[in-house]
Amino acid sequence: MTSSLRTLIAPLLSFFILSCAFPATVFAQDAPFDDLAGKLTTRSFSEKARLIDSLAATKDARTLGLFQSLLAGQLYYIKETGAIVAVDKTDDQFLATDILSAEMMGAVAKRSVKKIGVNNKLRKQLRSLIASYSLSNPDVDIRLEAAKALVKNPQKDFLPVLEAALVKETDKGVRTAMVIARSAILLGSEDAEQRLTAVEGLREANDKQVMTLLEQLVLENEDGSVGEPDERVRLAAQEVLAKLHTSARFYKVAEDLFFGISLGSVLLLAAIGLAITFGVMGVINMAHGEMIMLGAYTTYVVQLMMPNHIGMSLVVAVPAAFLVSGLFGVIIERSVIRFLYGRPLETLLATFGISLILQQLVRSVFSPLNRPVITPEWMSGSWEINGMLSLTYNRLYIIFFALAVLFVLIQLLKRTFFGLQMRAVTQNRAMASSMGIRTGWVDAMTFGLGSGVAGIAGVALSQLTNVGPNLGQAYIIDSFMVVVFGGVGNLLGTLVGAMSLGIVNKFAEPMLGAVLAKILILVFVILFIQRRPRGLFALKGRFVED
Amino acid sequence: MQRSSSKFIRQAAAKPWLKKLSIVASAAAITLSASMVQAADTIKVGVLHSLSGTMAISETTLKDTVLMLIEDQNKKGGLLGKQLEAVVVDPASNWPLFAEKTKELLGKEKVDVIFGCWTSVSRKSALPVLEEMNGLLFYPVQYEGEESSKNVFYTGAAPNQQAIPAVDYLMDDVGVKRWVLAGTDYVYPRTTNKILESYLKSKGVASEDIMISYTPFGHSDWQTIVSDVKKFGSAGKKTAVVSTINGDANVPFYKELGNQGVSAEDIPVVAFSVGEEELSGFDTKPLIGHLAAWNYFMSADADANADFIKKWHAYIKDEKRVTNDPMEATYIGFNMWAKAVEKAGSTDVDKVRPAMYGMTVPNLTGGTAKMLPNHHLTKPVLIGEIQEDGQFETVWQTEGEVPGDAWTDFLPESAKLISDWQDAKIMCGNYNTETKTCSGQNY
Repeated sequence: MTSSLRTLIAPLLSFFILSCAFPATVFAQDAPFDDLAGKLTTRSFSEKARLIDSLAATKDARTLGLFQSLLAGQLYYIKETGAIVAVDKTDDQFLATDILSAEMMGAVAKRSVKKIGVNNKLRKQLRSLIASYSLSNPDVDIRLEAAKALVKNPQKDFLPVLEAALVKETDKGVRTAMVIARSAILLGSEDAEQRLTAVEGLREANDKQVMTLLEQLVLENEDGSVGEPDERVRLAAQEVLAKLHTSARFYKVAEDLFFGISLGSVLLLAAIGLAITFGVMGVINMAHGEMIMLGAYTTYVVQLMMPNHIGMSLVVAVPAAFLVSGLFGVIIERSVIRFLYGRPLETLLATFGISLILQQLVRSVFSPLNRPVITPEWMSGSWEINGMLSLTYNRLYIIFFALAVLFVLIQLLKRTFFGLQMRAVTQNRAMASSMGIRTGWVDAMTFGLGSGVAGIAGVALSQLTNVGPNLGQAYIIDSFMVVVFGGVGNLLGTLVGAMSLGIVNKFAEPMLGAVLAKILILVFVILFIQRRPRGLFALKGRFVED
Repeated sequence: MQRSSSKFIRQAAAKPWLKKLSIVASAAAITLSASMVQAADTIKVGVLHSLSGTMAISETTLKDTVLMLIEDQNKKGGLLGKQLEAVVVDPASNWPLFAEKTKELLGKEKVDVIFGCWTSVSRKSALPVLEEMNGLLFYPVQYEGEESSKNVFYTGAAPNQQAIPAVDYLMDDVGVKRWVLAGTDYVYPRTTNKILESYLKSKGVASEDIMISYTPFGHSDWQTIVSDVKKFGSAGKKTAVVSTINGDANVPFYKELGNQGVSAEDIPVVAFSVGEEELSGFDTKPLIGHLAAWNYFMSADADANADFIKKWHAYIKDEKRVTNDPMEATYIGFNMWAKAVEKAGSTDVDKVRPAMYGMTVPNLTGGTAKMLPNHHLTKPVLIGEIQEDGQFETVWQTEGEVPGDAWTDFLPESAKLISDWQDAKIMCGNYNTETKTCSGQNY
């Protein structure tokens, strides 16, 4: 994200410097550029496409700035005069800059200007034109992106620029990308020999985009003709494609595994709080989902309070969500659940009622509409391992986050005094009480801890799904499924349960579809519970029999 | 008068059963006169939108829209010299409750018209009650068609006013050759995709170039599907996704698209359920260029639209709230009903209904909506690309308005059906042009 921002700013700056330094040269070419730019106010997209090509042909120094503003949706024209301006939107103002004279015009009224719209076709055209300008940019990332953009839209016009840039290129990664881009362009060459070399040049390119280009060569058109007339080139393309398909299959398995672990980590996060309230305490807590929801809303509120530090907001939201949900948990335990211990059916109904009350509370306070939770920049996008495999950052972080939460929780239960008290109370309440442990207080704290952890899960889930009153409902069934499958009262069981369900689900989904895969998992868990009622990791010991 | 009544009472006293009867009769007379007084004072407008449960997210806005329109109409002096009175009920996203609440509105509250429903299943639940009690419902959401009831006016888009033009645009203007039909697993996406599949095949698209995928309600893990779409799209032909994914589930879907780097320039997604309201829930930067097909966009450049937006912001007291297509459909439906009531000089359903046919009111995109005898509207079809600010930029639109078709021409069993509630020779919602009969079932 930051690099794309740089892509915008750096050339813009250089454009301003250039236009200030060489006013004479700009002046000399004024007429055609100004004329063409002035015509961009047309509504027809095909007309705009022609104008953009002509503008690129003028080789005017202002072209790049114009294209970038147009691509970014910042190019407007003033309705009265028809002057083309780049508009910088601040909170309430439109700050206009005349694109032809680079003259600042100050704030303009919103309704006095009209946006020059672009569609997908124009965006693609603009992106590759800008890429051709950026091939010799001093920044490595920008050069790399430019080379990749050319693969998406390989056009012969860019070949000379690309060749020139390739000669000067020193970075190995960018060179490889540029060679692939050159081969991609040469695939459209008139000369069969050149096409053949181009196909060979793509042999090592692990890239879905390249696969698309090669598929086009072997594709049969509607009229029966084939994309590539020359037999040798076609055979070579088929061979390279077969190789690419093999590697694609390999990466597909890796990708499915990642998806499975990622789904598993989401299940783990959702279930981990329940593993305490239900698993350790034995409370059938139907309001667990709403604790997750409260955590997600806390994230929203935290972001509202620190709008200028979105990147940090999640870090603040984690303890905040823990406290908010934990507090709700303690209140619920003290006011309702403590009167219902040992009566699972009543607990189920009471907590179900609480979940409805909490949902309606959120609806009244925040409105029934979903709330926008912003994803910080460091969590958007993906880590591109190669053209075939890329792992999305938000999922990666959530996997690590889930494992960290689990680790801290296990330490808390095993290594602290509170953990010891907690285990004592759940294993033998009467004995613990006679040893001087305030069992009521421990109950409240344990329930608070489970709810608080659910709140933390809410922070993570706010990055993946909608933050709305129904957020919790979507996860309650899954949470129970994981806890029961993994073994009630066992945190490690929850981990193994979540991961195995996630992975099985994701490997089944491409074959069966999302709906059937989910049904299959449920059936599987039901059958499994028939065989092993206590789940994967059953607790052993005398206290289990109670 | 006095005397005769006392005589009656005396007689009644003699016969106990008569006395009882007289009490009942007088009680009935009192309630009757009371309700007549009320009816004389106001015209009751029922609002049947979920204010709680899953659908509250979409339907609450429409409730506010109806209330705003009623307030506005009252400021103009009401209708037929009477003020309008809103009766708001909450069917709580619970489908059977829609039938009960409809009964309550028509039977107990005696409303003259109902504005409401969002999902098709809720409409189908209310329908038998509407037909039995001869109520009148204005349904403001795009839907799968295949229905035309005498008691419902469909002011949202039929498939030929949204799905088919969108596919035409992608095929002819964008050059799409390979199609992913992705939807949530329920009646609207299933029917729409069935229609689209048969339409695409009629245009010569091969079966292996169509991929259909359904997901459960509120699906949030889109990793596999997005990755499948990417794979499907790397077969050398231009690929597009036609999405009938329901409201909520779109947010994680688009997020995943953005994160996996699927841009609109490579694989555009055209959605039929994503509007300004849904987009106001999240960061639209990764979505720029993805498409939606509607009959109205908030960005429409028309004076009527600017007025409507201004009124909406003043009513809801929030400058940031957006307007969307179902709101426009509510606006058209309400204005049309008001005009029909004026024309009929009564709120009686049997008088208002005939007055509706051929009625025209201005829509918010600068054109005119006309009510057809099949209870559907003429509407312009707009294709818009998502912009950075969550608004749509219209990139294509139909010349003039498209008449809504209740029964699609692209399913063999529906192609022969027509609906006409005006022509005395037909007078039904499902006239079979081959057998020249009505099947008797209206939906």
